[in-house]
Amino acid sequence: MAYELDALTATQARTDIPEFGSGDTVKVHAKVIEGDKERIQVFEGVVIRKRMKGLVSNFTVRKNAAGGIGVERTFPLNSPRIDKIEVVRRGKVRRKNLYYLRGLTGKAARIKEKRV
Amino acid sequence: MSIEGLLGRKLGTLQVFDDRGRLRGATAVLVGPCVVTQLRTPEKDGYTAVQVGFQETRKLNKPEAGHLRASGAGNLRHLAEFRVSSDAAYSLGDTIKADLFETGEKVDVTATSKGRGFQGGVRRHNFKGGPRTHGQSDRHRAPGSIGSGTTPGRVYKGTRMAGHMGAAQTTVRNLEVLARNDDEGVIFVAGSVPGPRGGLVRVRSARKVSK
Repeated sequence: MAYELDALTATQARTDIPEFGSGDTVKVHAKVIEGDKERIQVFEGVVIRKRMKGLVSNFTVRKNAAGGIGVERTFPLNSPRIDKIEVVRRGKVRRKNLYYLRGLTGKAARIKEKRV
Repeated sequence: MSIEGLLGRKLGTLQVFDDRGRLRGATAVLVGPCVVTQLRTPEKDGYTAVQVGFQETRKLNKPEAGHLRASGAGNLRHLAEFRVSSDAAYSLGDTIKADLFETGEKVDVTATSKGRGFQGGVRRHNFKGGPRTHGQSDRHRAPGSIGSGTTPGRVYKGTRMAGHMGAAQTTVRNLEVLARNDDEGVIFVAGSVPGPRGGLVRVRSARKVSK
């Protein structure tokens, strides 16, 4: 009775998510439910972490909002509440988790663009 | 409502997205397919129910094989009886599948819990144990007093003590069906289900639905 549990939920996985990784700047179009209405909210920022764990994979986007306050939001990669993800810019980084960005603001928090 | 429930197997725990797009902790349960092997009727048995069989096995003894012959179902490993609504028309040999349960429906799951062996009062009945400090020795997990003195001069029956724990029939009520995989005949219920992975479970529509 060796059931591959991940295979059972494969139908829930999304196939329309573009390739991206840590350091990339993305626009996440998230569906927000307010009462009985649904609208799209765009969250743009740098991907500082991406955990690949099959269906339950997730990624964290960090943006610097007004007043120099950093805002981080973690999304499940396969969530049906994500309308779409746009990759704005490819970043050149040397590590997987960009936690060092949390200590930096302004010009220091910039990431070089990857030339393809 | 037609038949009340089906037999199945616990496959394991995982996370799935529910109909609102939230990631929820869940247990995958293989449900059915079950074959109708016998009908209980008010005339003959005094009540209405259906006996179903689940999963093939290689060998049955002759009385078992003879019992199943009427339904033409092959060698079934497990048999169980479920109540049906009086208007439901099942006949011998019908196959019932996991799509009996709808997404969003509440179900009760009955199974034999994992055996824990001989366990002390702290683990078995959530006793607090004794103080850890203030000069205590050998009292950290002791059960404490088990009754009064000369009157009544005995320990009351049913007093909670150390003993064998687990491996008993357990029912978890009102688990939500989060999703379904009809190709595999698997349903995903919110939360946990008693027993080991691969254990036999009984899934039925919830009896007491909370409001």
